[in-house]
Amino acid sequence: MTTKIGRTGFWLAAILATALSWTGAARAQVEIEYWQYTFAQRVTAIDTLIKQFEAANPGIKVKHTHVPYDDFRVKIAAAIPAGQGPDVVQLFYGWLQDYLKAGLLQPLPAKDFSAVEIEREYFPIVQQMKVDGKYYALPTAVRSLALFWNKTLFKEAGLDPERPPATLDELVDYAKKLTKRSPNGDLIQAGLTIDMGGQDHHWLREVLVRQFGGAPYSSNNKTVAYNTSAGVNATQWYIDLAAKQKVGQIGFLTDGVTAFRSGKAGMTIDGSFRLGALDGQKGLEYGVAELPSYNGVKANFASYWVNGITTKATGPKLDASVKFLKFITTPEAMELWMNTVGELPARRSVAEKDANKNHAKYGPFIRGLTYSYATDFVNETAQRKVFIDMVDKVALKNVPTKDAVAQAAAEEQKLLDGFYNK
Amino acid sequence: MLPPQRTARPGGAERRVTRQLSELTIGQKRAIWAWAFLALPVVFYIAIRFYPTAEALRASFTNWNIVGRMQFIGGDNYARLAQDPAFWNVIGNTFAYLGLGVPISMLLSFVVAYHLDRVRFGHGLLRALYFVPHLTTAVAMAWVWRWFYQPPPVGAFNVWLTGLGIAQMPFLRSTTQALPAVLAPAIWAGIGFQIVIFLAGLKAVPRTYYEAAAIDGAGAWRVLFEITLPSLRPTIVFLVVTSSIAYLRIFDYVYAMTNGQGGPLDSTKPLVLMIFETAFKHFEMGYAATQTVVLFAILLVISLVQLKLLRSR
Repeated sequence: MTTKIGRTGFWLAAILATALSWTGAARAQVEIEYWQYTFAQRVTAIDTLIKQFEAANPGIKVKHTHVPYDDFRVKIAAAIPAGQGPDVVQLFYGWLQDYLKAGLLQPLPAKDFSAVEIEREYFPIVQQMKVDGKYYALPTAVRSLALFWNKTLFKEAGLDPERPPATLDELVDYAKKLTKRSPNGDLIQAGLTIDMGGQDHHWLREVLVRQFGGAPYSSNNKTVAYNTSAGVNATQWYIDLAAKQKVGQIGFLTDGVTAFRSGKAGMTIDGSFRLGALDGQKGLEYGVAELPSYNGVKANFASYWVNGITTKATGPKLDASVKFLKFITTPEAMELWMNTVGELPARRSVAEKDANKNHAKYGPFIRGLTYSYATDFVNETAQRKVFIDMVDKVALKNVPTKDAVAQAAAEEQKLLDGFYNK
Repeated sequence: MLPPQRTARPGGAERRVTRQLSELTIGQKRAIWAWAFLALPVVFYIAIRFYPTAEALRASFTNWNIVGRMQFIGGDNYARLAQDPAFWNVIGNTFAYLGLGVPISMLLSFVVAYHLDRVRFGHGLLRALYFVPHLTTAVAMAWVWRWFYQPPPVGAFNVWLTGLGIAQMPFLRSTTQALPAVLAPAIWAGIGFQIVIFLAGLKAVPRTYYEAAAIDGAGAWRVLFEITLPSLRPTIVFLVVTSSIAYLRIFDYVYAMTNGQGGPLDSTKPLVLMIFETAFKHFEMGYAATQTVVLFAILLVISLVQLKLLRSR
């Protein structure tokens, strides 16, 4: 008798326990996936944020997947239509149009992410994520350009190592003093790196063209607008750095980054993402400054990665995704991202805190953000190549700058038309 | 332990199969065994090679852009390719790699192998030295050569040139010199393999031929043209076909030496780099598939023509 009750009791208890653990599990079972591309510091930052998020939201688990950069787009494109892959995904701002066309993203719920608040809080470049009045993605961090200068070489050239050039005229003047040539006239040390394959095409496109009084594109970004005297003058000024001022040489030490890192170039223009690599370079003492102004005009180029919610996320997963996206765009998350990855906070309030704004290395980038433009690329690789070829035509084929700019504008217009008229 | 009756049935089936097998002829049995062993590689080949090839052929008739659905557009991609000046430029470059690469590498490797065959002292070491570039990673080597091509005082080649009193060369920064400059390390790496194959071919020429020629008093050139080269025909066919395919598919050297651009001004861009860009930079998978089909057709035709010409001579 006792054994029978005992046995029944045991079974009841077992069933009850199983049922309870099931409901318990069901509550903790909302698992969402987050995808980004593989980059050591970004992976560390997201892992840390996920740990904090899961501690604050016991019902939600976030699975973090990172994919090598080269496979990133392919894998996402294959996974989401098949109902697999990420619920929250990181993408480059320039890919938004493609992702929307393919139906990979859903708009961020307006009750959780109000447009008014976004526009008040974030840097204006983020407004490119608004399509037909709805926001589709938000960045944790943004990046911009700045002038890097080698303090040791400044001292050698008799320049004040703490005073970088503030205008384009000063830039050329300093660069001339920093250039060293052998008795045969061969370049030994460049004053300024000249490398269209690096960040220079952004500098020419969004900064120099504006400083010479032009604009790179029409206001709706669908028409190339630099085929003007301003565009030609800006391009000529850039080409003259090598051709006339002789402060550098295309292809010197293979590329601009290598030349600057190895201490063979006095100055270079690069992005905030380079800080990590340069800090790891032993013996390189460098400073960071805002891009030189010209004609009283300041401009900068900014780019960013955003986080969006994919069409795969529905029901509880959508709720969890919204919570997670909110979490990784909090001011605290942005600070963590800046200190781990080296990218700048996307919220003005965080970026423009005195400690950040006056930071020796982040500061110039952050100050540059206030007057920056993000090019609405339809195909960044192809559009960069148009600029590389434009300069090469003048340098190698003696094409007049005016014609080279006109040809570049026509080629780029074809790319824009191909995209918008599809 | 299992009860004995359990094994009875499968055993019966086995016996039946054995009986059926024993009724087959030896030839049929051999065929079955051959297919049994081949089954795995055949399945593998169909899944990994033939199926994707067929898919590529199908994709070449679509405007697939990797994210959307495949949309059939007929021969539009082929028409676009025929009118694309960029395509004709890369075809020109690709055939320049082939036209320069194959004859130069064949000549160099034969001359080296011919003389190496006669060297006894240090033969193994020399052969190894010639083979080492073939074993080295293409990208690493391309980068070293890239530095060689730098202007003075960095680039070794220009330092030598100016040392000899010759004007320095722009090499990779010239639209005419860049292609041969990119080709040079590819040839250098390729001849190691070709030398080893030539050496094996030379060893296989029967000694008696040379002895007979010596008795008849034939000169060195005569021996070379009447005995050595004709005997090497299978080796030459093999090397011409494989190296042609390699030069038509050149990619890694160009990519590493021109920052992935095929520049300056597309003067070094081969077809494979264009395919790579179309597919993985511009995400026009359909158009890239079309280019791939054309590359496949070129490779097929050239290989068949070479096999026919060189064999029937």
